Formats: sequence, C-alpha cells, structure tokens
Amino acid sequence: MSSNRVGREKPVGSNFELYSWYFFRISGIMLVFLAVIHVMVMHVFNTAFDIDYDFVAARWESPFWRMFDWLLLIMALTHGLNGARIAIDDYVQSAGWRVVGYSAILIALLIFGVMGTLAIVTFEPQ
Amino acid sequence: MVSSYRGYRAPQGMLSWALHRLTGLGVLLFLFLHIIDIFLVGYGPELFDELLFIYHHPAFVVGQLALIASVYYHAANGIRIIIVDFWSKGYKYESQLFYGAMAVFFLFFIPTAIIMLNALLNEL
Ligand code: HEM
Repeated sequence: MSSNRVGREKPVGSNFELYSWYFFRISGIMLVFLAVIHVMVMHVFNTAFDIDYDFVAARWESPFWRMFDWLLLIMALTHGLNGARIAIDDYVQSAGWRVVGYSAILIALLIFGVMGTLAIVTFEPQ
Repeated sequence: MVSSYRGYRAPQGMLSWALHRLTGLGVLLFLFLHIIDIFLVGYGPELFDELLFIYHHPAFVVGQLALIASVYYHAANGIRIIIVDFWSKGYKYESQLFYGAMAVFFLFFIPTAIIMLNALLNEL
C-alpha cells in the first residue's frame, strides 16, 4: 500500500518527523483558508492598483484582519520553512552543509517572524 | 492493435510531486520579499507608496500571476495529498483525485487571471 501514497509516508519511529507530518497537514488545511482568502481579497475583490498605504491602514483598523494576517504569517512561515527543511534533507548530503542549511532556516524563522510580527503589531496610521 | 506508446510522459505522481515542491519553495521565497515590503509600511506613506510602483509594473503583475497560480496549485494538490492520506479508499481514486485537483485549480485560476489582467489593461 505504501507505494500507492502520494504524500510523504506517515513517519514511524521518530516523534519529530511524525509531528512534522501532522503539522504539514493541519497547517495546510488552515492555509487553504488563510492564503486563498488573502489572495482573493487582494487580487480578485480588489486589485493590486487599489492597494496603497491608506488601504493597509484601513484594513488594519480592524483587529480581525491584524489577527488574520498574523496567523497567515506564522502558518505560511512555519509550514514553508518546514518544507525547506525537507528539501535540504533530500538534496544536501554533507553533514556540514546540512548544519548550515538548518541554521539558515532557523535564522530566517527568527528574522522574518520578528519583522512580520512587528509590522502587524506596532502599526499606527500616520 | 493500437500501441500504448504515447511518447514521454511523466507519471502523474512524479509530476504533481515535483510541482508541489517547486510551488511550495517558490511561494516561500516570495513570502520573504513580502514580509520585507510590509515591514516598510511602518515607515509611513511616503516610502511605502513610493515603492508600490514595483507591484504595478506589468512584468511584476505577470509575476504575481505565476505566484498566485503556484498558491492555487499547491493548495489544490495539498488537499488531494491530505485526502489520500486520511481516506482509506483514497488511493484507489488517485487518478480521479488528481484530475479533480486540476479542475479546482483551473476553476479558481481562470477567473483570477482574467480579473488581474483586466485590471492591468485598465491601468496601462
Ligand atoms: C494553501 C494551502 C496549503 C496546503 C493545503 C499545503 C499542503 C501541503 C502538504 C500536504 C504538504 C506535504 C508535505 C509532505 O509531503 O508530507 C506540503 C508541503 C510543502 N508546502 Fe504546503 N500547503 C499550503 C500552503 C503553502 C504555502 C503558503 C507555502 C509557502 C510559504 C508552502 C510551502 C510548502 C513547502 C516548501 C512544502 C515541502 C514540499 C516538499 O519538498 O516535499 N505551502 N504542503
């Protein structure tokens, strides 16, 4: 049966990989709503030409959209970087370069997580 | 007898997997850029509105179309993966589920592309 699977097979033997497997799927289901609604609001119901500083300011008047955007930020960042980790496992063989790769992922998580959170939380319209 | 040879074709599973990885990593790369530009909102309207010319450039609008195609594909195919993982009979319908995911992709992508290109043409 395992040969019939389309996704990564459900891992056994390692708790971390098992949690990662579930996390891909749970965050994936959340992202279907978060990411697709985000794309539709920005590019279908509005267009890229409607969006400017005032648009962002009006949107972030509402705590709902700040919360929505922050959830999208965290879910996309953790799900995407976890995917990058899997790609490193597949393509990078040398132990040294793997450490470099994993470190880059953690640094990216920290820097982009902080930048994004600051942008959303500290925004005050001018 | 009709030969079953149809030229080179990647098996569905391989193609969908490669595209899933490519779109996932591509969207992640854009996410980094997007966090940087939204971070700059905090520096006020002059700077941010000045930078928006990038998003309005026709080349970038086409790039956004590719990005949105990536998000839609990855979402539709991701749901397909999750269905096969958790539905015990899913593996029997793999082919149908793949075509179903592609149908969902086009259902969302075609109207989105029309609306985005229309908005671009109106601005030119
Ligand atoms: C829109 C809803 C989304 C769904 C339903 C979804 C679903 C999934 C699933 C089920 C996997 C499979 C993991 C495995 O093989 O075990 C996956 C992998 C991945 N996803 Fe997503 N995802 C979504 C959004 C995103 C976004 C927004 C990003 C980027 C920021 C992303 C980046 C990735 C990456 C890089 C992988 C790893 C692919 C690989 O190398 O195998 N995904 N996704």
